Amino acid sequence: MVALRTKRTNNEADEPSSPVLRFDADKPLKLDAGTLLSPFQIAYKTYGTLNDARSNAILVCHALTGDQHVASTNPVTGKPGWWEVLIGPGKIIDTSRFFVICSNVIGGCLGSTGPASTNPATGKPYGLDLPIITIRDMVRAQLMLVDHFGIEKLFSVLGGSMGGMQVLQWASSYPERVFSALPIATGARHSSQNIAFHEVGRQAVMADPEWHGGKYFEQGKRPEKGLAVARMAAHITYLSEAALHRKFGRNLQDREALTFGFDADFQIESYLRHQGMTFVDRFDANSYLYMTRAMDYFDLAADHGGRLADAFAGTKTRFCLVSFTSDWLFPTEESRSVVHALNAAGASVSFVEIETDRGHDAFLLDEPELFAAINGFIASAARARGLSA
Amino acid sequence: MSVNHAQRVDLEVVAGLIPAQARVLDVGSGDGLLLELLQATKQVDGRGMELSQRGVNECVARGLSVIQGDADKDLKFYPDKGFDFVVLSQTLQATRNPKLVLDELLRIGKHAIVSFPNFGHWRVRLSLFLDGRMPVTKDLPYSWYDTPNIHFCTIRDFVNLCDELGATVEKATALDANGQKIGLSMPWWFWNFFGQQAVFLLRR
Repeated sequence: MVALRTKRTNNEADEPSSPVLRFDADKPLKLDAGTLLSPFQIAYKTYGTLNDARSNAILVCHALTGDQHVASTNPVTGKPGWWEVLIGPGKIIDTSRFFVICSNVIGGCLGSTGPASTNPATGKPYGLDLPIITIRDMVRAQLMLVDHFGIEKLFSVLGGSMGGMQVLQWASSYPERVFSALPIATGARHSSQNIAFHEVGRQAVMADPEWHGGKYFEQGKRPEKGLAVARMAAHITYLSEAALHRKFGRNLQDREALTFGFDADFQIESYLRHQGMTFVDRFDANSYLYMTRAMDYFDLAADHGGRLADAFAGTKTRFCLVSFTSDWLFPTEESRSVVHALNAAGASVSFVEIETDRGHDAFLLDEPELFAAINGFIASAARARGLSA
Repeated sequence: MSVNHAQRVDLEVVAGLIPAQARVLDVGSGDGLLLELLQATKQVDGRGMELSQRGVNECVARGLSVIQGDADKDLKFYPDKGFDFVVLSQTLQATRNPKLVLDELLRIGKHAIVSFPNFGHWRVRLSLFLDGRMPVTKDLPYSWYDTPNIHFCTIRDFVNLCDELGATVEKATALDANGQKIGLSMPWWFWNFFGQQAVFLLRR
């Protein structure tokens, strides 16, 4: 069973079921770590049709454990795409009108070069031999994909959480390539508390004896317990106290009374264990280390002498930021500081805070106010871009 | 943040002061009425700031570029002269520090447009003088205990504040109870008595 899972994830890492763009030695990826990644590949999905003017492209950036399967069935889990509530034919992001691109980030584990990919120099998985990847590296790779499509200017770049970080990085690094930007439930930096939670997750992975210093594939093993614990801890940060209480309270799991033991007596325990177990089926442990590190390192202001407004100086991009009242991973204040920086830079910016108890993960859910905001913003941006309805 | 919207005759006057394609910041943009009017008739590059989250969400859903923000706290984030016009319509009286807010408007905008209900209007005076009660009129529909309007002023008070801040009055309009403009030739005391609302175009 373990061997089967190992093989499947590994295959998806090297030979994904989605289209792949390969870059050979002549086109290396320049990394913030100071090295070049070459050769490397980007796995991606597209939906809809690029128009003749190539002006209707929307790039969707995925979050920490997301992937390129944004609006179609995930080949690993068999579940619907992670943002199918928002993206598809006739949906808010209408794929019969827009050309939607979503790529697996560099460092991921579903087909873009990451720690689970085979290192051509050794013939074995990279493991920790892969240099540290940053948000800016991910965006640099996405730019190469966008160039491949011959798209001069993306109509919009959108994403939540780590995806939102990429959106901000895009708008900052390549303002002339981004007509509109929609960073959701995100911030211009990862807070100390967020780094702390990520460190707990990484330590859980690395404390698992099956991790083997990152070379678990070579042992035919995977640090499933450690990764599951990491996911359980992280999952709590994606919800809110109120939502947990509403959903689970102190309800018992399939039993009438406490068992005076350490079984999952409570529904919340059972739920978290399930979250942990299903996660390890679809995600690579080393990739989790790399993704969390990328978020930790993100600090857009620091890249601009500590002044966030300078990250957006002279920008013509239209921005819409969204936060959620119960999100304690990226509280509204994080979005507000980006809004203030954009105001100082004279940018066109909308900012919506949505009242919900569903926490950080609200951005992935069916939230009517979120959809109304995205719909209004995209519609007015499309008019400004001269895209017909 | 603003007073009732049914009586927003001042919006037409405000819109009349703004040339086409101007860069406009509407502070206290409410449900986006003015921004929509300006975008439709003047093709302005319009932005809004509104205190109530509900108002902001409605504006953004309608495609307007609006952020949630507090005129008392958040104007400091805007650069000097970043806009051609900064509009504060029917909102000054609801701010905690009207002097600071007006100062910020004059800093951010090449021009500032301020409209406010005149507390010197004869009906207001009559209510206080005869009834001995705080006025409740169709323009000022709140009772004293639930009003968001905490800093009322008269037209004369406002002119004095402009002097204090070194602002030049480029144009001023008073509207009577029927929303009609009061003749320009009339003296300040007349405006202050019969003007139900005032609209000022300022610069510094």
